[in-house]
Amino acid sequence: MTLPESPPATHAVRPVPEVTSTPAPLLRVRGLSVSYAPPGKGTHLGTGAALRDADLEVRPSEIVGIVGETGSGKTTLARATVGLVAPAAGSIEFAGEDIGGLRGRARRAFRRSGQVQLVFQDPLRSLDPDLTVTDLVREPLDIAGVLSRTEREQRVAESLRLVGLDPDAVAERRPRHLSGGQRQRVSLARAVATRPRLLFCDEPVSALDVSNRNLVLNLLDQLRAELDLAVVIIAHDLSSLAGIADRVAVFYRGRIVEQGPIREVLGDPAHPYTALLTASAPSIGDEERLDPARLRPTGDTPAWPADLGCVFAHRCPFAHDACADQPASPTLPHAPQRRAACHDAAAWRERLDQPSPQKESA
Amino acid sequence: MSSVREHTASTLEVSDLQISVGDGLVAVQDVSFRIGRGESVGLVGESGSGKTLTCRAALGLLPATGRVDAGRIVLGDGPDAVELTGARRSTWDRVRAGRIGAVFQDPASYLNPSLTVGHQLAEQLRVKRGLRRGAARDRTVELFAEVGLHDPAGVFQQYPHQLSGGMLQRVLIAIAISCEPELLIADEATTALDVVIQAEILALLRRLRASHGLSLLLVTHDLAVVAESCERILVMYGGQIVESGPTEDVLEDPQHPYTRALMGVATIGDWGRRRLDVIPGQPPAAGEKMPGCRFAPRCGYAAAACLAGPVPVTDLGAGRTSRCVRTSASLAEAVPA
Ligand SMILES: Nc1ncnc2c1ncn2[C@@H]1O[C@H](COP(=O)(O)OP(=O)(O)OP(=O)(O)O)[C@@H](O)[C@H]1O
Ligand SMILES: Nc1ncnc2c1ncn2[C@@H]1O[C@H](COP(=O)(O)OP(=O)(O)O)[C@@H](O)[C@H]1O
Ligand code: SF4
Ligand code: SF4
Ligand SMILES: [Mg+2]
Ligand SMILES: [Mg+2]
Repeated sequence: MTLPESPPATHAVRPVPEVTSTPAPLLRVRGLSVSYAPPGKGTHLGTGAALRDADLEVRPSEIVGIVGETGSGKTTLARATVGLVAPAAGSIEFAGEDIGGLRGRARRAFRRSGQVQLVFQDPLRSLDPDLTVTDLVREPLDIAGVLSRTEREQRVAESLRLVGLDPDAVAERRPRHLSGGQRQRVSLARAVATRPRLLFCDEPVSALDVSNRNLVLNLLDQLRAELDLAVVIIAHDLSSLAGIADRVAVFYRGRIVEQGPIREVLGDPAHPYTALLTASAPSIGDEERLDPARLRPTGDTPAWPADLGCVFAHRCPFAHDACADQPASPTLPHAPQRRAACHDAAAWRERLDQPSPQKESA
Repeated sequence: MSSVREHTASTLEVSDLQISVGDGLVAVQDVSFRIGRGESVGLVGESGSGKTLTCRAALGLLPATGRVDAGRIVLGDGPDAVELTGARRSTWDRVRAGRIGAVFQDPASYLNPSLTVGHQLAEQLRVKRGLRRGAARDRTVELFAEVGLHDPAGVFQQYPHQLSGGMLQRVLIAIAISCEPELLIADEATTALDVVIQAEILALLRRLRASHGLSLLLVTHDLAVVAESCERILVMYGGQIVESGPTEDVLEDPQHPYTRALMGVATIGDWGRRRLDVIPGQPPAAGEKMPGCRFAPRCGYAAAACLAGPVPVTDLGAGRTSRCVRTSASLAEAVPA
């Protein structure tokens, strides 16, 4: 599907594009900006938005990966989508309904329905230490007020088995008596208990060993097929993600700098940050990989002024005069399903290892 | 990968360590290893294999129900050596204040939520290193910059809840290295970080090793991280070390079936769509008694001899060990079930 070219960032909400041949998105985020209120005096937070002008669509039973810098707004997008934080600008539509604008009771009712579930990054912090595994997994069903008592018990056991846990062995345990991997699977079982239509997983596998990581990712892949579940997965493990995701969005400092089909994006990055990301992924003696050092400014590159223009400019070896303006995120001429927010998308490759083009006066 | 150097002086020596949790459930058993001065050792294995408990025993930070049942943990060498098993509180305090630094996978729980992160580190520098207020502040900002935090002076004034998971972890690393320890234990310290920052942190740890002679015990799920950062590798399974040796040699030619299984599921540097492999079955729980090899129920090479009794560690020479009844020749012959 061809996405429209982004208008300048000042347009908070943009027009809905013409009908296309692909299925209507389940989730449509447009021009979304989120700013955390200044938490108190003496801090400089709240000055910059945690998320700026983000566009993202998720179609039914699609897996979208989100990768990118720590602190770049990935969790913030997840929190905004489930209604835990209100957008400062932009819109969030779920199944055609504007949920970004929901307030008060309507917003709580939407959250209670369990149609969108969030799996948090840190299971220790999100699971109540006094509840047993059974209580934890049953809780969302109790909140949604669906199913009979026995059906709930069955659903709990079924959900635990789905995530690879033996209900008899773990049902009565408390989070502190589980290993990190088991805890994360419990939070996943809890999230799928209501059989949501969209699952937003914030680093569901970061704390897991590779075998469990693959098990959980395969499980998500299987659930999306069986339950027609759309899944957004925030992860740092690019390679595992590439195994199952359809598309990927790359975040850097509050912006989506690149998005498109995951294997194309990771295999042939259009944005210099994406290239740095793929080059930095740990490897066992991969000779063909680009040396990340070639994607960093050299010591004698003049420092880019803070907060000027492109969000990546201060770390980009290819920054030049035009980069003083934040680039829009147009589709790539050679790949209409891909978008990148770089004035030199893909073209920077030709300048790899050439003397820095950064302006002398900077 | 740096080649393995001789590390004559030892920073940490663990022998025959056994740890139990809860009602005497044995979670770590028969664990012995040594970390030479300036050496980096990677500890890998599935969740629940006992990596964290082993690290925490070396830090005197076992959970309330955990205890060391047997074995010795000795920090340092010669006149500086300290026996940590059964050490008094004051010894532990001294060790943790200046000799061992640690970073864990859940940084938030190691910080006071009501104080700024800068204040917390500056306070430590004042109390433990005797710096004056201004110097402690400057050093804190410097350390924050060193661990790659953008705007270190701004971060100084922030509270833990205002920082993302990755930023918090960098604060914790700054705190851990602030005491200029001889040993840094990093338990899943980079798992929450993006790969760019992870690579930077690992490079930082390598730099610290070179400049301060710091020894490193790096716990990770990621074999590629060990390949890039550790001279030696310890593979842990079901509370035991099942294979150890120089990283390059072990990854090139793993001797233990579990190490082979781990390498089989690793997804490294491949952007293709594929079914992600898993090691079938579950690892044993803490306290689970098994007649023979603890990996046997999941091992494709298991035979009657594997169940006859506990499997001892075999010294394979060239600094390598494996806890398996089969030799590599008989592994080559056997067809995995
Ligand atoms: N509750 C909050 N109050 C103020 N600022 C916040 C809050 N939560 C996050 N931020 C800030 O918003 C930005 C984005 O944070 P977010 O948690 O979305 O990052 P992330 O991409 O999920 O990072 P990570 O990979 O570390 O989880 C960061 O600069 C962070 O400091
Ligand atoms: N506080 C505790 N109480 C009871 N059991 C525990 C506790 N901490 C860990 N365990 C158990 O001990 C075993 C080893 O745990 P751990 O050292 O955390 O593993 P790893 O770090 O390798 O993932 C697991 O079976 C885990 O469930
Ligand atoms: S717009 Fe300029 S500074 Fe930004 S990523 Fe592209 S080349 Fe680099
Ligand atoms: S001792 Fe037997 S069961 Fe254990 S790892 Fe070796 S071959 Fe497998
Ligand atoms: Mg996050
Ligand atoms: Mg652990």
